[in-house]
Amino acid sequence: MSISLFLISIIFLGFLSFFWGKRKALLLKNTESLHSLPRYYGYYSLAWFAAPSLLIIFLWLLFSESFVTNQVISLLPESIRALSPNEITLRMNDVKNLAAGNLIAGESFIGLEQAAANYNRITKLVQDVAIYSSLVLSLALFIFSYRSISGKLRARNKVEKIISNLLLASATVAIFATAGILLSVLFEAIRFFQIISFDDFLFGLTWSPQMAIREDQVGSSGLFGAIPLFAGTALISLISLTVAVPVGLMTAIYLSEYAPSKVRSYTKPMLEILSGIPTVVYGFFAAITLAPFIRDFGVTIGLDIASESALGVGLVMGIMIIPLVSSLSDDVISAVPQAMRDGSYGLGATKSETIKKVIIPAALPGIVGGILLAASRAIGETMIVVMAAGLSARLSFNPIDAVTTVTVQIVTLLVGDQEFDSPKTLAAFALGLTLFVVTLALNFYALKIVRKYREQYE
Amino acid sequence: MSNTLQETQDISEIVNRGLKKRYRSEFMFRFYGVVSILFAVVFLLVFFSSIISKGYSAFTQGELNMKIYLNEEVIDPDRLRDEEEIRYANFDKLVLDSLKTYFPEVSSRKERKELKSLVSSGTSLRLQSMVLNDYSLIGQEIDIWVRLDSDIDMYLKGNIDVSLDESQRRISDNQVRWVQELQEQNLISQNFNSTLFTAGDSREPELAGVLGALVGSFFMLIITFIVAFPLGVAAAIYLEEFAPKNRFIDFVEVNINNLAAVPSIIYGLLGLAVFINFFGMPRSAPLVGGLVLALMTFPVIIIASRAALQSVPPSITDAALGVGASKIQTVFDHVFPLALPGMLTGSIIGMARALGESAPLLMIGMVAFVVDVPTSPLDSSAALPVQVYLWADAPERGFVERTSAAILVLLFFLLLMNSTAIWLRNKFETKW
Repeated sequence: MSISLFLISIIFLGFLSFFWGKRKALLLKNTESLHSLPRYYGYYSLAWFAAPSLLIIFLWLLFSESFVTNQVISLLPESIRALSPNEITLRMNDVKNLAAGNLIAGESFIGLEQAAANYNRITKLVQDVAIYSSLVLSLALFIFSYRSISGKLRARNKVEKIISNLLLASATVAIFATAGILLSVLFEAIRFFQIISFDDFLFGLTWSPQMAIREDQVGSSGLFGAIPLFAGTALISLISLTVAVPVGLMTAIYLSEYAPSKVRSYTKPMLEILSGIPTVVYGFFAAITLAPFIRDFGVTIGLDIASESALGVGLVMGIMIIPLVSSLSDDVISAVPQAMRDGSYGLGATKSETIKKVIIPAALPGIVGGILLAASRAIGETMIVVMAAGLSARLSFNPIDAVTTVTVQIVTLLVGDQEFDSPKTLAAFALGLTLFVVTLALNFYALKIVRKYREQYE
Repeated sequence: MSNTLQETQDISEIVNRGLKKRYRSEFMFRFYGVVSILFAVVFLLVFFSSIISKGYSAFTQGELNMKIYLNEEVIDPDRLRDEEEIRYANFDKLVLDSLKTYFPEVSSRKERKELKSLVSSGTSLRLQSMVLNDYSLIGQEIDIWVRLDSDIDMYLKGNIDVSLDESQRRISDNQVRWVQELQEQNLISQNFNSTLFTAGDSREPELAGVLGALVGSFFMLIITFIVAFPLGVAAAIYLEEFAPKNRFIDFVEVNINNLAAVPSIIYGLLGLAVFINFFGMPRSAPLVGGLVLALMTFPVIIIASRAALQSVPPSITDAALGVGASKIQTVFDHVFPLALPGMLTGSIIGMARALGESAPLLMIGMVAFVVDVPTSPLDSSAALPVQVYLWADAPERGFVERTSAAILVLLFFLLLMNSTAIWLRNKFETKW
């Protein structure tokens, strides 16, 4: 039985189980009074029918692949099983390719075809077991639930219990996602730190992740000092904040305090457009339009500006985060109570004096929180820097130099061919962990400030 | 008494003296506000005009009207009409022969090569498939529009400076002369570039299109929606309507806020480590991309759905509970249908953001060069924003305009999704 046929029959039988359950309830209604509405008896039998199938499909999706692989490996000839895990993985890739009907390039090993046949056989076997066991179990549980339907069965309560548990499970997905992110990045990062010491990574001044291909090769030992990357990230983020904070803040102030409603109704959507443009488009603009412009401008004033200068990248990134700064500041500024403004006007202050001396100090914690969020956004931004910033790590704080960032290095290390155990690949996860921790800390702190501040005025 | 009057006058004098300065700073402050907004406006104008001016030309493509004689001697000398034989026939020669009829003086090897590279290298493949579809064409002369090579097209669109020395540019003096002669005979024209919307990626700019990326993005968004929307809505309903106030729920909320702010590239690392390396899913597949984007969109949908649920007035809940509905019946039969348009609006906006996202897709290998248009979510594929990234990196001049065109296509779809969301909101939103 093929998988698609199985899925179709499961869905069909699921509908059927619902209608049968409901029908029995409707028939019972003639003779006795029902505890719940008839449809709940339908849901009840549907739930019993669907649960085992869904569970088995889920387990099968998760573990079928690794189970089959392990079984096939255990059937491989002794000589191959004695090889290192990496070698076996390579052999198994050949086996899987052959099993999928692809041609294998290059040398294979004795028993390859046997292994591929085993692979297909066991895959089929596992699939059949999964399909038939889930069908049998589902039908059995359906019959059980169908027989248990009676006027006294509290079907609604049971169905509602199931629904609220499903809802709770959906909410906990957020925890699993966070845990998944943390663990996946953490595991690889730990493997990286087993090869490269933590201090060398965090405080080293040279980043050149090229590893030697041969043992005796000179000069490419692979240095993983991440300070130049942190410096580059900090420089670009700083430039972008220098653009975004004043502009975003002034925009927010103008829109919430001065602008007539007509101006506001045009400007707000415009800022939304600015935040809706994909970052890859900003990157293209920075690389193709702005960078050459800045370089040419540099030539006319006699400055040698790198075509991948931090200045251009930071400028575009700053424009990208203007809407973020502006909308967050707008929120906190409008949260400042009107009484404080009125008090200030009553003393004879002008509007700008009120804003500068009363509103901004009152809104300051919220604004700072917004700036921290913007900073975390700038640090984690990827496409703009990948397309427009430099690739080689250089420790420089000069905005007209080309610097590289953490995210650029993650991308360069992981895009293209990679072997999964080299420190080069693992370094990307160590960088990812650093990025995750830093942005997490910034967000957590920023949200805390914003929330605390909001509570103060509520 | 006169003393106080004196004092008041003194004070008002001091105030008046400062007033001018204060009004000036008031004016300046306001002025800075206007400047900030103008800065954003000007940037947007420059930004869009730069992309449109670079990209509009990619929607047309220079084509040459050619009469090609499908010489039986070349295609099928044995008259066997054998598919394999015809597949390996020298269609290049037919193209060259046809071009030679315009320029009989061409003789040297170098000139022949230059002449042949006037038209796209895909021309012979096109002839091949035409012949394979219809054997009766063999021996006839066909009159077709053939795409020019991208370099020639760039010259026609004014992107190649012919005043430079011949060695400094990508087209030769001969080619420039030939193209001018063909233009005088009205054989060259700019036609609508349908390839852009019907082809997958290619190394040759004139043969490259966005369809493969578009279909890949479409598959991804479908998967994202199927996974993230039910999960996000269910989580929102739980948190908004059922969750008790306890530490566990606080922890869930912290996690959701945190997920919404995690840099997108980290989701890519998750996809690589979990979906690809742990579960062994295929690299470069829209399935994995869709799952990663679903995780990214999940918190956005939760936040939007909670806002939608909050906007349903409590009187609805009270009324339903009052006539004896259970809590679940109240939520699913009354609150949820009223909140659904708002949830959909928020979700579509979240999906639009997912459509423009490319950083996590780089991590899971969706940067592969894929010529074929994917037919299922398990095939290798590019995505629209990744296609922009790939073409932006390509050195050929012809890809610059195509990158901008791909951006315009991407922006068009973003606009479409966002306006759908706004339309939905306006149509179904109830004002209470």
